[in-house]
Amino acid sequence: MTVEMIDVVRRFGATPALEGVSLTLREGEFTALLGPSGSGKTTFLRVLAGLEGSDSGTIRIAGQDVTRVAARERGIGMMFQSYALFRHMTVFENVAFGLRVRRRRPPEAEISARVRRLLDMMQVSELERRYPAQISGGQRQRVALARALAIEPRLLLLDEPFSALDALVRKEVRRWLRGLHDQLGITTVLVTHDQEEAMELADSIAVMERGRIAQFDTAQRLLSAPATPFVAAFVGEAARLDCEVRNGMVRFANEALGSVCADLQDGPATAFARAGDVFASSGGGGARVVLVRETGGGRRILVVQAGDAVIDATGVEGEHLSRGDTCGLTLRGGHLFASNGSRVTIVPPTDPA
Amino acid sequence: MTARLSAIPGLRLTLGVTLLWLSVVVLVPLSAVALRPFHGGGDAMWATLADARVLSALRLSFGSALLAAALDVPLGLLLVYAIVRLRFPGRRLLDAVIDLPFALPTAVAGIALAALTAPNGWIGAPVQEVLGLKIAYTRAGIVYALMFTGLPFIVRTIEPVLRDFQREAEEAAATLGATRGQTLRRVVLPALAPALIAGFGLAFARAVGEYGSVIFIAGNVPRATEIAPLLIVIRLEEYDDAGAAAVGLAMLVLSFAVLLATSLLQRRLRASVA
Repeated sequence: MTVEMIDVVRRFGATPALEGVSLTLREGEFTALLGPSGSGKTTFLRVLAGLEGSDSGTIRIAGQDVTRVAARERGIGMMFQSYALFRHMTVFENVAFGLRVRRRRPPEAEISARVRRLLDMMQVSELERRYPAQISGGQRQRVALARALAIEPRLLLLDEPFSALDALVRKEVRRWLRGLHDQLGITTVLVTHDQEEAMELADSIAVMERGRIAQFDTAQRLLSAPATPFVAAFVGEAARLDCEVRNGMVRFANEALGSVCADLQDGPATAFARAGDVFASSGGGGARVVLVRETGGGRRILVVQAGDAVIDATGVEGEHLSRGDTCGLTLRGGHLFASNGSRVTIVPPTDPA
Repeated sequence: MTARLSAIPGLRLTLGVTLLWLSVVVLVPLSAVALRPFHGGGDAMWATLADARVLSALRLSFGSALLAAALDVPLGLLLVYAIVRLRFPGRRLLDAVIDLPFALPTAVAGIALAALTAPNGWIGAPVQEVLGLKIAYTRAGIVYALMFTGLPFIVRTIEPVLRDFQREAEEAAATLGATRGQTLRRVVLPALAPALIAGFGLAFARAVGEYGSVIFIAGNVPRATEIAPLLIVIRLEEYDDAGAAAVGLAMLVLSFAVLLATSLLQRRLRASVA
């Protein structure tokens, strides 16, 4: 189902949680809402589910205005961060709940057939007589998902679904969930603060910043063309470097960084650079390698102390820097934002000095 | 020497003190109550208990205690909901007032309730005029007094459970299409059930032995509004120790049966949730 949120505002007292959010989700798409805690992503999800009212704005699902429709009438499946399973009910009864409370309740045989089919799909059919307290975190998550899917929702909302799982299970469950989405084709919204998770799962990502959507784009575009300094810093986990542009030359406040060229108006600016954009070369320069992180395949990330800043860098080819070595830093990529918000990509110097 | 596995030190000491204390405070007095009626022989005890006045008093005590506790359950549930979930001015005051029956000397409560519900009292007068019902000096008065003393037990037992109850479970029920009524009936109440039964048991236990707050409002007419604890006092004043003990033993056995039943029911309900 197509979901449209148009200029939705939600405030709690004086603090705004959503400041005029507009977003259109296409049928069958998997969208991630990515942002730091307090950016309003969970409020967005709750307003969409109908658990929280909105102060103004319109929400449409499949063209129908549902802004004033109660949660139970919206037909939206939601999986809560805590899973919120009913503890006094068996796994089977948890999944059957949405069918049993229907105005026109399906016959018992149909309910059990559907519950069993879902538990089967979630690969937890052997647990149907157990209680939530008797199964593992990963199993609870599958049961919660089966329960949400039992009502055949037109939209599936997932609030930080992996936060309660340990790192090993998390990766596996992530792939399984994406496979399930491709199989079922339900329009899905995932809330997360983990960019890796968002990038791996979602077709497109809405980055939220203080109650607004800073950018809604594919993962690749978020990295190659961040719309705001916030997106550049948050999505790329990039280092933030203050600098000054004059006559096409960028001089960094941090003296360990060599100047680069950029086609931007004169004035103060901010650069964002990831480990792959910053190169460290031995010899002169005010920086020092404090940690070396092996990332496999012979690639290493050097954590470099440059003045007050700690910057992730890559060693230049043919050199082997170790902990404690002094080095100089050069940018060969990254993004540069002028104070008026305009952005350019930093181009590697054609002739590395 | 074996390794010490428990983090809590002094198992022997704590167990020893517990058992000693339990014996001195609970077991020895209870054994005395249980044995005393048999001093005059079993027949004499049965004769005492078969007396119509005694049977009527026991029926009244247990019947009204069960009824009062049962009526307190829905009332307590509403009060808990108000103090846990709703935000209104005076909530904290209400919260504190609920505990008053715990602290008030029962005789004070009894005299106040009797005065209120008497035919010329603030409550008694309008109720008699409009509904034609008498409260004071009837069985209704007894139930009223027992509800008063039992209510805080129910409120304080349910309160922590409702406070801990996941708000999200209710929200999940809503997204699954349940109405408020269905959510309450199928999600909230089953989760509170063990606490409701525990509260019921406590309120009942308090009510069945209640003396001070009841005798002022009851009227104390033998075979009509005379409660068993009062009958025990009367027997003692007549120097009929064995008779008093026999009534006491009957109360002990009946109360234990009710409490055992509630605790078994609780265990059954908890087993699934634990």
